[in-house]
Amino acid sequence: MSAARRVLLFGGLALAIWGMGYGLWYALFAEHQALIGIGTSLAGAFTSAAQRNADLVGSYLQDYKEAKFVYDRQVDVHSHWIGLAMLLITLAIYFDRLAFSDKWKALLACGALLGAVLFPFGVLLQTYNHGAVPSLLAVLGSALEIATLFLIAIGFARRSSSPPRS
Amino acid sequence: MTSVPSSPNLYLDPAASESFPPLGARRLFLLGGIGLILVGMLFGDIFAVFVLHQNAARVGANLAGAAHAALDGNAGAVQSYFQNVGKFLENRGTKVDTHVHMIDFGYLALLLAVVEPWIALSPLSKRRVAWTFLAGSSLLPVGVFLIAYVGLVYSPFSAIGWASVAADFGGFLVIAATLACLVGLCRNFRSAGRDTFKDSLMLTLDPVARLLLAGGTLLVLFGFLLGAYYAAFDLYRHEARDFADFSQLSIAAALQNRDAVDRVLADYGQLQGEKAIKIAAHAHAIEFGLLAMLLALFQPYVNLRESWKRRWAVVLLLGSAILPLCVLLELKFGLVAGGLADLGGLLVILALLAMWVGILRCTGQWDAAASHVPRGIRP
Repeated sequence: MSAARRVLLFGGLALAIWGMGYGLWYALFAEHQALIGIGTSLAGAFTSAAQRNADLVGSYLQDYKEAKFVYDRQVDVHSHWIGLAMLLITLAIYFDRLAFSDKWKALLACGALLGAVLFPFGVLLQTYNHGAVPSLLAVLGSALEIATLFLIAIGFARRSSSPPRS
Repeated sequence: MTSVPSSPNLYLDPAASESFPPLGARRLFLLGGIGLILVGMLFGDIFAVFVLHQNAARVGANLAGAAHAALDGNAGAVQSYFQNVGKFLENRGTKVDTHVHMIDFGYLALLLAVVEPWIALSPLSKRRVAWTFLAGSSLLPVGVFLIAYVGLVYSPFSAIGWASVAADFGGFLVIAATLACLVGLCRNFRSAGRDTFKDSLMLTLDPVARLLLAGGTLLVLFGFLLGAYYAAFDLYRHEARDFADFSQLSIAAALQNRDAVDRVLADYGQLQGEKAIKIAAHAHAIEFGLLAMLLALFQPYVNLRESWKRRWAVVLLLGSAILPLCVLLELKFGLVAGGLADLGGLLVILALLAMWVGILRCTGQWDAAASHVPRGIRP
């Protein structure tokens, strides 16, 4: 098995287990609490509106905004880590058919793995830090993933359009 | 570069059956995986047709009720309407989770079926791992589905009911089984005899498989680009609009401005529809692309005529393209496009079912050949 294939296979399986572990932790310790927080803050805002208490409305809505921001990203991180992991394992199976040199294949495999780890990690960091660095990580990770997948697609196309060589 | 042998139908090759023993781990992962995907997709189609839109309408109606109750200064009614909103959102969320988890576990099972020969565990251990994986993969979606119905009945926890506990235990079983596979793979690559095994599954790629591989890669790329576009241009705008809508809704209710409340409610409904449509198109394009790429591998085991194998592959790709495209068009053409999207999902289910039957025929043929006793000879 080539080095590139091994990077994708082991990296993909490890990432899938990591993503599932994160999902299990999230389901046990964060999800229900987050949903209750979202519901309570929204209901609080409307109840305060019914009582014509504008200050409380603003405060509850701010809570809702924060809770929803964190909830959306935590769910996205779980699904993207596992989804990208499965893509990595699938690519590992076909990787020896790519019409690139071994060096390029290894580079593409590392790029795909790095993108799959970085992109959701950047999104997760956004829940702790609203600065530019987490967003930059997420954008870089996703750009790396798209660019490597694009090159891999070209590699597959080159292989299938050319006659088999012995 | 070495050439790859093309298109031997492995269901005719008795040697290929050795890696698929009856009730062996590979067969369990393969047939169980496709079965999980099929049930998950069927569930998703039923959910889309009979539950999704009706549920969204109920959420919208209760949210409108809460806003109008706030407008009238009725705090008690607000709480009651919000309890209903929470109930309907939980109902929707658990059904989406059931659909997604069942299909994703199916994909993972297919991937484990591919790498099974490289997992350095005894056949018995691998079979146990496969059963554990399939048990967890079934338990989690069933548990998630029941969350909305079981609730917190007899639960010792404040926020988690027994159905959630069952679902989490299912997730734990899947993690344990996948971890065992990873350990087996590591053992294989650390052993002296590594790389000596050549699996026919990895060496063959017939024309139908190439079609599925190319189509699948294009679908995944299309889905990635949709996701990137959404993240770049829609995500933050939608989040800001979501907050602004609720803010305006509360202010309009406090100021008793009924027209403004109705206007904002309409905008909020449209926003939720737009968000759901764009995320669904992104997710479905990638998932169907991945499915096509995975099924490409198993085409030599589909015991159907070549012309029918090609037809089912085309049907699968057609359905996989129709669904995300029509979901996107729902914004413009409403329920007509939604109906077409459901039809796309049905095409994928039919093609997958046909391939599953083809693989079942293949394994049946192997089993029949293995158990065949020549006439006149007693076992």
